[in-house]
Amino acid sequence: MRKIVSLILLAILLSGVIFCLTEIPFGRSLSKVREYYIDNGIKDTGATNIVTSVVVNYRGFDTLGEVTVLFLAAIGLSAVLHQEEKKPKKEGRKSSLILYTGCRFLFPLTMLFGAYIFIHGHLTPGGGFQGGAIIASGFLLTMLGCWKWRGINKSAAKITESIGGLVFVVIGLLGLLYSGYFLANYLPKGLPNELFSAGIIPIIYVAIGFKVGAELTGVLDRLIEEP
Amino acid sequence: MIYYIGAIGLIIIGLYIVLTKRNLIKVIIGLDIFETGIFILLVCTGYIKGGTAPIFSKDKLNPSLMVDPIPQALVLTAIVIGVATLALALSLVIRLYRHYGTLDVRKIKELKW
Amino acid sequence: MILEIILVLVMLVAAVSAGTFKNLLNAVIAAGFVSFIAAILFFLLNAPDVAMAEASIGAALTVAIFVIALKKTKRHEDDEKNS
Repeated sequence: MRKIVSLILLAILLSGVIFCLTEIPFGRSLSKVREYYIDNGIKDTGATNIVTSVVVNYRGFDTLGEVTVLFLAAIGLSAVLHQEEKKPKKEGRKSSLILYTGCRFLFPLTMLFGAYIFIHGHLTPGGGFQGGAIIASGFLLTMLGCWKWRGINKSAAKITESIGGLVFVVIGLLGLLYSGYFLANYLPKGLPNELFSAGIIPIIYVAIGFKVGAELTGVLDRLIEEP
Repeated sequence: MIYYIGAIGLIIIGLYIVLTKRNLIKVIIGLDIFETGIFILLVCTGYIKGGTAPIFSKDKLNPSLMVDPIPQALVLTAIVIGVATLALALSLVIRLYRHYGTLDVRKIKELKW
Repeated sequence: MILEIILVLVMLVAAVSAGTFKNLLNAVIAAGFVSFIAAILFFLLNAPDVAMAEASIGAALTVAIFVIALKKTKRHEDDEKNS
């Protein structure tokens, strides 16, 4: 019974969507805001990656909201999985020598790659969120393969995450002080295609990279460790 | 045109899994497939035939053939929020399993109000 | 043109099979495969930022979180009879 009703509803939805999508042409330019952002992107912000300048400079407040939602989800996960009494932890299976050596070898290379991606976020494709996810994958590799390490230092992860969020908000408030509106771009813009250019965009992306990396590492550690 | 068919197909399949399956983890898998379909639908409205990515790497690119950068910024935000929602939903499923011992939706019906 | 048709068909087959597998571990791996093919489609639509985000977050971290949750609930089989 439930399957038949849901199939009828999905058929109605499908016909409605197809009727609307035949009106939208595929492969042609549809908006005029795109021309403004592409023509004036380098002049206003100094970053050569237009998607980065849209995410951090033109729509920076939405990025602040997204960072807040991620923070709330991490706090909610820790609160739901809280346990009053601690059961004794049983020892896991020891991994072999090849796996242990391989994980220990790959961990600094993964950290270096993640840091490269979020530092050069305004010049090449990438940015804070992608680099933070790669750093969390590096920590997941050590949690699974290196049985001699005692786990993540939890207070270090919490302090890094908090400092990352605070740097973002403080830079926004300094923009309010210098130029009159929140998250204004007040540092000098420099030449395009240089590393030290584009005002406050690389600083914000470094803070977001640290914050997202520490947060996802804390979430994975909280899920793995409790029995 | 084929991208529209793929995106709408994923949306319909994801909604069918959410509506009719009765294991809780399968419902969350259906939610993940549904969100991936929505992301493909959003990004392919900004596509231009014969266009390039919106990055000025050398100063000789033609700026009138660049793909729309605004849907890409929206989808970037949405992907991160999607994984946060998934993690929180799975923590609630773990807590439910610890309390009831089963993951069947028909058996978890002890709301007292 | 022929590459995109093949990729979209493989993605739809994987999505249908993610809904019909009884073993939950197989269903999770099929969902990760859907995310991986979506990352390739994002690259073909000239969106490298979104492709990198979907590949690192959707295909790697989502599958890891699902497998850890499966280990905690100890359910490999969907063992209720479907009516």
